[in-house]
Amino acid sequence: MAKITINQEKCKGCLLCIAVCPKGLISADKKLNSKGVKPARFTEDPACLGCMMCAVICPDCCIEVYK
Amino acid sequence: MDKIYSHPKSLRNISTHYCPGCGHGIAHRIIAEIIDELGIRERTIALAPVGCAVIAYDYWNFDCSEAAHGRALAVATGIKRIHPDKIVFTYQGDGDLAAIGTNETIHAANRGENLTVIFINNAIYGMTGGQMAPTTLAGQKTATTPLGRDVSLQGYPLKISEMLALLPAVKYIERVSLHSPQEIIKTKKAIKQAFENQINNIGFSLVEVLSPCPTYWGMSPKQALDWIKEVMVKEFPLGKIK
Amino acid sequence: MKTKILLSGNEAIAQGAIDAGCQFYAGYPITPQNELIAYMALHMPQQGRVFIQAESELAAINMVFGASAAGARAMTSSSSPGVSLKQEGISYIAGAELPAVIVNMMRGGPGLGNIWPAQSDYFQATRSGGHGDYHCVVLAPASVQEAYELMFSAFNLADKYLMPVMILGDGMLGQMMEPLQLSAVSCQLSAKSKKPWALTGCQGREPNIAKSFRMLEGDLEKLNLKLQKKYQLIKAKEQCCESLFLDDAKIILVAYGSMARIAKSVVNALRSKGKKAGLIRPITLWPFPKNIFKQVAQKNKKAKILVVEMSYGQMLEDVKLSLEGKLAVDFLGRAGGGIPTEEEIIKQIYG
Repeated sequence: MAKITINQEKCKGCLLCIAVCPKGLISADKKLNSKGVKPARFTEDPACLGCMMCAVICPDCCIEVYK
Repeated sequence: MDKIYSHPKSLRNISTHYCPGCGHGIAHRIIAEIIDELGIRERTIALAPVGCAVIAYDYWNFDCSEAAHGRALAVATGIKRIHPDKIVFTYQGDGDLAAIGTNETIHAANRGENLTVIFINNAIYGMTGGQMAPTTLAGQKTATTPLGRDVSLQGYPLKISEMLALLPAVKYIERVSLHSPQEIIKTKKAIKQAFENQINNIGFSLVEVLSPCPTYWGMSPKQALDWIKEVMVKEFPLGKIK
Repeated sequence: MKTKILLSGNEAIAQGAIDAGCQFYAGYPITPQNELIAYMALHMPQQGRVFIQAESELAAINMVFGASAAGARAMTSSSSPGVSLKQEGISYIAGAELPAVIVNMMRGGPGLGNIWPAQSDYFQATRSGGHGDYHCVVLAPASVQEAYELMFSAFNLADKYLMPVMILGDGMLGQMMEPLQLSAVSCQLSAKSKKPWALTGCQGREPNIAKSFRMLEGDLEKLNLKLQKKYQLIKAKEQCCESLFLDDAKIILVAYGSMARIAKSVVNALRSKGKKAGLIRPITLWPFPKNIFKQVAQKNKKAKILVVEMSYGQMLEDVKLSLEGKLAVDFLGRAGGGIPTEEEIIKQIYG
């Protein structure tokens, strides 16, 4: 079991985490944050590996990983 | 569940001014992680450059100094010679390190100053609005090469890392990239090596980091990573240079 | 401790810096100050202090920025063309409010000029030589002994006001040798511990940042107002000059540095002939010793002033500004290697 949390207020919507998630569990949120961008959004799923790829590539240090 | 990846202590938990997908955020974080892991936050002194990372000291949580454009390695030399027991590193872009500061770079390296240099190469001037850098690729369009860099007039991308590798006092040079999580992990390993070299008094160490600038490359963040992978690494091959 | 040693002005400045606790020197060779860098190269490492021959004047002044930010008493030296190159770093040092000492042993200009003595960098030294609204305290020694002693003042003023201090000499002072009485007390290297702003690693405190960059709205104006307040305080407290025979003088010569030695000879020669001559020799060029001129204008309304320079009317402006039109001011200057002689000065006075 693993999951991530995303600080959506810090997220700038570069969406690189979406590109690197091997399980496709991250998407762009439909709601805008206070920066005016659609931040990344994680859908909890037993498939999450806790591989940390998303956290490693995040340029804004928005992601924490739990396992 | 245990937290297995969290925000490093050496990085303040605030939003940066960098554009979405900018490599500086990744590089800042890696450095902060390494400083935490090595337990050296309280004896580290960083040099912020002139360029997009000019206010890196607002993001890092340790002692920092500014340096005039290109002069980071001269300022760092002054600090390190006074405090040989402190860990002093410079964080410099391509214009700073390889154009206006080439002289300071070459001579600090040639003296073998026991410093760690993080050289961010994104082949462009970001802060001033996307002008040609010494490392801009042949044919690459910038604000000052609107038709693309013409090597017959503007010269070739400067390979400062390869040049520095010729100097006997330079102990370690590696070129790495931020274009994928795997490469970022390699980047972290290289930068950690460069810090450990300083801790062990081995001498001048430089890590050149190929870093995306989606805004002035006119690309999406994902396209920028792909451009590094497919185009930039051909001009700037990755791996240990010395 | 009464023994005197024979040193050149350049060497005396170097020895003065060492005795004043200078822990870091970076410089680049240029004539006519090369004895200074050579003296530092030999003596600084012997005392466990840092000497670096930098790759350029730019690098040298930025190394000084770093050493000063790290808490050390730091200095560099050069001569006119080299000091032009250092202006970038001096501006940053002023903006970051760091203490530093810069020595300029002036030579002829403009451009590469020549290596003869000159005083043509007065404007550069006393106004903001680089970009921005800032000042250096500028001290002008006229003898080897004074050059040595002013190094103590320079480091103390730099630390007290957190700003660059310039020693403005010339090639003549740098090259000539005179007997020197060393100070009995040399400064302890303790300045470092009294600098809570220094970059020493953030153990047990919040991180320190050395910077001049102020991007947030209003921040840079605040810094400038703080600097201006500091400059006003220095103008009120730190004016310094030597004066001779001002009470009854009919002609008062004004000159600084090497030029003042010739002016003094003229004054003494005229006095020996019963002519009422006097002298004002500014020692601080910034702050300019305005007060003495105001006093003279009040007490001695018939005195005439003759400003003598190895430049073409630079200090003259400060003299005129200080006198506010109250006394007649004449001028004699030569530059580019020319030095006004006693005969020329006397001819200027009496025609």
